Amino acid sequence: MARVVSVFLPTLPTDRIRRADPSLSPNTPLVVIARSGSKRWVAAADRAALKLGLRVGMPAAKAQALVQGLTMIDADPVADLATLERLTLWALSQYSPVVTMDPPDGIVMDTAGADHLQGGEDLMLSGLVNRFRGRGLAARAAVADSWGAAHALARSTNRETIIISRGETAKAVNRLPLSSLRLPVEIVASLRTLGFATVGDLAATPRAPLTLRFGPEIGRRLDQMFGRIAEPIDPIRPADLVEVQKSFAEPIGAPETIEKYVSRLVRQLCLELEKRGLGVRRADLIVHRVDNTLQSLRAGTAKPVRDIAWLTKLFRDRIEKIEPGFGIDKLSLTAIIAEPLVDVQSASSLMEEQVTDVTPLIDVLGNRGGQRIFRVAPVASDVPERSVQRIAPTADEIGATWPLHWPRPSRLLPHPEAIEVIALLPDHPPVSFTWRGKRRRVKRADGPERIFGEWWQRSSEWVAVRDYFVVEDDAGERFWIFRSGDGVDTETGSHAWFLHGVFA
Amino acid sequence: MTTAVATSNAVLDELREKIASLEGTGLRHRSFLPFGLSEIDAQLPGGGLAYGALHEVAGGGNGAIDGAAAALFIGGIAARTTGKVVWCLTRFDLFFPALAQIGLHPDRVIFVECDKEETVLASFEEALRYGGLGAVVAELVRLPMTASRRLQLAAEKSGTLGLVIRRWRRQTEASDFGMPTAAVTRWRISVLPSEPLPVPGVGRARWLAELMRVRAGEGGEFIIGACDGQGRICLSSDTADRPDQTRRSFALP
Repeated sequence: MARVVSVFLPTLPTDRIRRADPSLSPNTPLVVIARSGSKRWVAAADRAALKLGLRVGMPAAKAQALVQGLTMIDADPVADLATLERLTLWALSQYSPVVTMDPPDGIVMDTAGADHLQGGEDLMLSGLVNRFRGRGLAARAAVADSWGAAHALARSTNRETIIISRGETAKAVNRLPLSSLRLPVEIVASLRTLGFATVGDLAATPRAPLTLRFGPEIGRRLDQMFGRIAEPIDPIRPADLVEVQKSFAEPIGAPETIEKYVSRLVRQLCLELEKRGLGVRRADLIVHRVDNTLQSLRAGTAKPVRDIAWLTKLFRDRIEKIEPGFGIDKLSLTAIIAEPLVDVQSASSLMEEQVTDVTPLIDVLGNRGGQRIFRVAPVASDVPERSVQRIAPTADEIGATWPLHWPRPSRLLPHPEAIEVIALLPDHPPVSFTWRGKRRRVKRADGPERIFGEWWQRSSEWVAVRDYFVVEDDAGERFWIFRSGDGVDTETGSHAWFLHGVFA
Repeated sequence: MTTAVATSNAVLDELREKIASLEGTGLRHRSFLPFGLSEIDAQLPGGGLAYGALHEVAGGGNGAIDGAAAALFIGGIAARTTGKVVWCLTRFDLFFPALAQIGLHPDRVIFVECDKEETVLASFEEALRYGGLGAVVAELVRLPMTASRRLQLAAEKSGTLGLVIRRWRRQTEASDFGMPTAAVTRWRISVLPSEPLPVPGVGRARWLAELMRVRAGEGGEFIIGACDGQGRICLSSDTADRPDQTRRSFALP
């Protein structure tokens, strides 16, 4: 089942111009003017221009009359297309093996079997939009079961990311306007005259009279949107891609057969890579089925790899996810990201103890989905919840660790939990406290360990203080509790008590 | 007398070897990680925790829910191995500075945070099978017999130390610990009042370590001092205050 992401770049022409010319201030309105003969009209307007009331399609002279000192630049559709192509190739390497341009202002890709590398669809879409914004491009993205639906959703709402879960497409597109159906303008206008307003209206009307009057186009677009007929994405391919393929005269379908051919393709790919001195970082297996649909599996590795067994394993784990349908007539395996790889000697001495490389294990686990793999590293911060950060599992080993002179609990609660306490101010440990409904008498205690707020992180922590105590109750259970504030000055904290961790 | 003991030991060793080869585990990977405390090591066949085997640790009393002591006990064992440690869990609430304090360096530990318990089992097995790791740790709520047998076989094959922390969300779920598993040793670590200090304050943490089951051996109870900077535990000399503490235990079915 396909999951199609449609990316809509509403202001691609103006964003491109701004990126090329940093001297343009982001606050000055900018429009792009297209011309045909003597007619000149606004082909694209940026956010500032739209705010001033300028609209796409407006005559250039009118726009000029409305806004004084408007920056007008001639349209360059060829450059726009080139930019779009570059973005599409980038998306190909980042997000999915099946990506293509959706000109003039969109990218479309099938991310089924690839979204797990980004941490799921939610994170993938927000990450995508954020990365585009980071490059100075406004973007909206939608994911749905069909190209038509994703295309329409990305363009007809103002939300930056829209996720329509599997099978919910029909419900989601019913309220969309007719213009989102990708029909010629004249047909949309005539349909409006006839009283149709939304996609739902049109879908509920008998098909035959519509076809008789407007031809088969309406039916085709509706079926594409509801996912009743396939709309294959023809993936874009850069010129120097390392790709191996195998076509079958007779379609295959059995998992064992697929596995056999996949391992042969991996072998071929490794040979190709070896010729060029490359190792693969991201490999795509594209399955072409006889019903003209594509399915893809993407495997990522933490460092360049040219190891046949390793790569085969990454795919073998997930071959069961391939739905052969009526049969598979072509398999292709692509090294979408390849990096230089030189052979290194793995052991320098037979006597030394061998250090096991865990990267293959990280890759196998990382390609499964549903899990995050990380290491932790110290951060120079006294505030406990900030002192640990997650880093990539393959990050360099820096050998740093935390200062070890204060005892630390082995479990830290996700948020400090409020407790009721009987204690003497300013710096006595509590006599007793109540946590989660259970009262505990403190038998032994250590502290306070004073931790100051970090004003360079948040201005609200300018004078904040936490006094941490290690307390042990009658039964020997040890807890890490703190009082917000120094016990004297209420400006340093509310003097409320919290439990933050459990000692072993 | 001494020679008689020596001969009998040799005979016993030979028998153990034979049994091990019959069990199909093979002696190739077999080795042991001693605690360095003769009282505990004597209870474990081979004189320590067996590599290539599954070991299960649960917390006692309230500690069954947070598993703080169990995690530190396991962290201490992992700290004394060499090589990378893979730690699979669903709730990441470990505070790593505490593990660093018992000698487990953050560079050595790779965490796998899973969405579901089944994913933890799968990742745990994958890592056990991989080989060459110092230890593989998993925090699990449920450990059915079938799953534990699979894990045990995976550990035997690669000779990796498999450590399971059993922790539950509710106290009642702890009765699951009564179910048998294929683990070679099962421990329960409960917290005891810390070592008394001559001045007010919290001393070195102490645990009651119950060796509830050990394959081909007898269980035992030990009062131990918590892990030190190298992950080593010690036997607590002061056992006088045993009656003083309230011991709670699970309701076993």
